[in-house]
Amino acid sequence: MSAPSPDNVISHNRLTRALIYTALILFAVYYLLPLYVMLVNSLKPLEEIRQGGMLNLPQVWTIEPWLQAWSTAQIGVQPTGLRPFFINSILMVVPAVVISTIIGALNGYVLTKWQFRGSNVFFGLLLLSCFIPFQIVLIPMARILGMLGLAGSLWGLILVHVVYGIGFTTLYFRNYYENFPTELVRAAQIDGASFFQIFYRILLPSSGPIIVVSVIWQFTNIWNDFLFGASFSGANTTPMTVALNNLVSSSTGVKEYNVHFAGAILAALPTLIVYIVSGRYFVRGLMSGAVKG
Amino acid sequence: MSSTQTSFLKISHLRKSYGSLEILKDINIEIEEGGFLVLVGPSGCGKSTLLNTIAGLEPITSGDIAIDGRSVAGLHPSKRDIAMVFQSYALYPNMTVGGNIAFGMEIRGVPKEEREKAIKQVADMLQIGHLLDRKPGQLSGGQRQRVAMGRALVRDPKLFLFDEPLSNLDAKLRVDMRTEIKRLHQRMKTTIVYVTHDQIEAMTLATKIAVLKDGVLQQFGSPAEIYNNPANMFVADFMGSPAMNLLKAKIEGNGSGVAVSLARHQADPLVLSVPNAPGGLSAYSGKEVIFGIRPEALTDPDGADRNARTLGEGDCLIEVVEPAGADTFAVTHLGGKEIVARLRADVRITAGQTARLAFNLDKAVFFDPASQLRIA
Repeated sequence: MSAPSPDNVISHNRLTRALIYTALILFAVYYLLPLYVMLVNSLKPLEEIRQGGMLNLPQVWTIEPWLQAWSTAQIGVQPTGLRPFFINSILMVVPAVVISTIIGALNGYVLTKWQFRGSNVFFGLLLLSCFIPFQIVLIPMARILGMLGLAGSLWGLILVHVVYGIGFTTLYFRNYYENFPTELVRAAQIDGASFFQIFYRILLPSSGPIIVVSVIWQFTNIWNDFLFGASFSGANTTPMTVALNNLVSSSTGVKEYNVHFAGAILAALPTLIVYIVSGRYFVRGLMSGAVKG
Repeated sequence: MSSTQTSFLKISHLRKSYGSLEILKDINIEIEEGGFLVLVGPSGCGKSTLLNTIAGLEPITSGDIAIDGRSVAGLHPSKRDIAMVFQSYALYPNMTVGGNIAFGMEIRGVPKEEREKAIKQVADMLQIGHLLDRKPGQLSGGQRQRVAMGRALVRDPKLFLFDEPLSNLDAKLRVDMRTEIKRLHQRMKTTIVYVTHDQIEAMTLATKIAVLKDGVLQQFGSPAEIYNNPANMFVADFMGSPAMNLLKAKIEGNGSGVAVSLARHQADPLVLSVPNAPGGLSAYSGKEVIFGIRPEALTDPDGADRNARTLGEGDCLIEVVEPAGADTFAVTHLGGKEIVARLRADVRITAGQTARLAFNLDKAVFFDPASQLRIA
């Protein structure tokens, strides 16, 4: 990013710096504390947690809770662990992210480079979907999934997430392609490239940052979704978030906090990895439209 | 086509509108094979739109465009046998220079060896052989310009279209590239349509110029015709730098011929007799017209054109003197307007004093003040 310039808004006064860093560190600690608690307690045996001292490091280190959460914990009626649900989530998230990103990119391409009469109205309607609360569509959506014969199936969930994601992905790609020079599209037309050739030979190779934005956004939203998962999944298609809820809120037996903590971290892990791997592109992608050089 | 007399590009009764807004109004232009047509006009005059309709990038509302005797209206841009150089160069940023040049051939499925050969040939011609593996982002403005031309040249089209190709270059490079384009045209002998707002580019490159304003073709002709015989005041004012002096003058019939009377600052009007005046001018006797004279036709008496048949002379109060190296420009007031005279570089003249100026009336033109049209 840009090097610090002498006319930086923030003064280089030592005291100011110290204050800023103190505040930042405090916020970071406050934010990271729950994660710390989860992590240390997921590595303790249950007896140690019962003795109190949530913030202490484990006296006996164990990964047993993690193994339990993954493969043997009681979820609902079966002692399956979170693994099958983790797989469900992956099977749901990957196609939903890919399909909604591709459709969003195509929409953005058409809405900026192949404008038709009423294309702006069309875009406005798509944007509207970003503002509709999920709860409103639950019942009509259930009806439609039933009519399509997708009720309770993985593809039904994928469809719901794709439909809900298109508004955002279209917004991202449209705004990105708005700044993409139309002359390039025209040059490619003269070169004889077809609609799709222009898309994947000219536009897509320059779309890296916005694809990353779209993928991160969609991945985290769909992975973390609970409402649609709880409403539309069947017994064999329950996603991770719903399974985690079932694990934690099961009313029978002993509350195995260490297993719950481990399960919660497992559930959060994929989005964390996606952020760490591509987070810096995320910021860059969000900014790239604004500060085009 | 065999004969150069038949028109190679023919635009007839072309109209283009966006909804109720008419962008191009009944355009008729023809150019012979190997010609260099320049579309010139101020921004918003429709020249780029006209070029885009020729390219097929924008549909036309009515009329026809024919290239080499074949109507291309409705044909896809890639089917029109044209190549285009864009203002922004429009190089594909993700491809190398070689990839950019070969992209069209790649799409058409030309075999690799053939593509390589064509790339090499064009790269040699434009001296960009050493750049072939670079990305457009690593090139300078002039190099990008060459690559853009290379991409057009490699197609060997019937018609080249240039959309203000030099406007993004700095002044010196622009002059160099202008010469290069002209040289290229002389060598390739391909028909070119070239859009610019720069009237000097238009004059230097064109075999035919079409001057546009507000979507209306103002005049179509050779550079000399446009320059010497402008059809109206807009063309007269737009073409030439410094611009033609256009000033109010009164026509006085003086028995045998016609004379113009130009109002002077704090002096009697300057009356110049115009024996070779156009026939139409006598009808304006006693009325006001617009008298047009280019700065180079208004000189110091020693610097006047010796071949001029009618020279008028008069004393004018010189207000400003601007030595420009090769010439000296002098500003004076005539007909209520500031006018510019182009004098020899070493002329002895001082601001604030009266000096004698020679009017080459062979080159003078007259316009109707109401219609702004030329009085023939």
